Amino acid sequence: MSKKIVGASALAGAVAMALSGATLVASTTGASAAKEKCYGVSLAGKNDCAAGPGTSCAGTSTVDYQGNAWKSVEAGTCVSMAVPGDRKGSLEPLTRDLPA
Amino acid sequence: MPARLSELSDEYNVTQDTFSSLLLDPEIPCPKGLVSPSGKADAKRFSVYRNNVVVGLTGALADIFPAIQRLLGEEAFMSLARLFVADNPPTSPLMFKYGAGFAEFLEAFEPLANYPYLGDVARIERLWLDCFHEADAPPLALDALAAFPPENLGDIVFEKHPAVRLFSSQFAAVSIFSANRQSAAMDGIDPAAGEDCLISRPDAQVDVRQIPQAATLFFQTLFDGHTLGEAANAASNLDAEFDISMAISTMLEAGIFSSCKINNEDLGETGQ
Repeated sequence: MSKKIVGASALAGAVAMALSGATLVASTTGASAAKEKCYGVSLAGKNDCAAGPGTSCAGTSTVDYQGNAWKSVEAGTCVSMAVPGDRKGSLEPLTRDLPA
Repeated sequence: MPARLSELSDEYNVTQDTFSSLLLDPEIPCPKGLVSPSGKADAKRFSVYRNNVVVGLTGALADIFPAIQRLLGEEAFMSLARLFVADNPPTSPLMFKYGAGFAEFLEAFEPLANYPYLGDVARIERLWLDCFHEADAPPLALDALAAFPPENLGDIVFEKHPAVRLFSSQFAAVSIFSANRQSAAMDGIDPAAGEDCLISRPDAQVDVRQIPQAATLFFQTLFDGHTLGEAANAASNLDAEFDISMAISTMLEAGIFSSCKINNEDLGETGQ
């Protein structure tokens, strides 16, 4: 059993203090209410056909499918965490599956 | 057009299950009976298709876990992603649901044993996307509590907004997540200092807020249907310094509730 240590007046005071702060926030977020709701679009195209630039479901060219589908991102900031070099070969089983 | 299962004779019997089981193992040759429109076996085209499947899944992981990718570096991340994909085919056709289990995979991957916080960072990234796609509901108005007489505030119960999650980590996973989502440096972060966070989606944007442990208990108690008074007591008992006012501000700003009312029915002696 937890002992009651927050009285009604303490709670009322906390709510009042929160509301005075919340009012401030309300007036600032009101200014940016023009933002668009854009749910569900961030991963658009992430199906197994449209893998990225240069790929499609068409299957017209085998060489188009390698390498160019990776997204270009900032290089890792934690190089020391990279998988040890001697493991890399076995970590990339798919490279040998690519057409010449 | 993808490789198709065309007019298969019974002797080949390439079922959809067989086909999908071959997609994630590059060692297996193109199955007999899988032919291109010309009617010939087409191993190259099957390889293309198989590669596309893996590229799609690893690309989804990269998009779902950008902080992990930044921490590991692109090359190591993609190597790991390929290993994960090989053993974890998607269970839903919705790609934004992919990646459950990636946190456990990272934790179990022995070369990363010195970075035990990676799993929790991945969990926060997964929860971020869960919140992003959750059902919508109008959040509680910021001044909703002002409508109640002060003496009844302790009896208020709340209904949780769908797009809200709580997460507790024994590591500084929240700071590490935030730094790597913003491409910021990780100077000054002590990975071993535990952190909690509240994930919600005010104004249609997902926010991850670091909160004190007592606030986690406060919100969880409210999510469980207990009253504001009970939650305040529980949190204050856990931490005498618990700032109720701050927690109430946070819950209103973060939009973690969709409605509230005075609890008429006695929900039971929850504190006992």
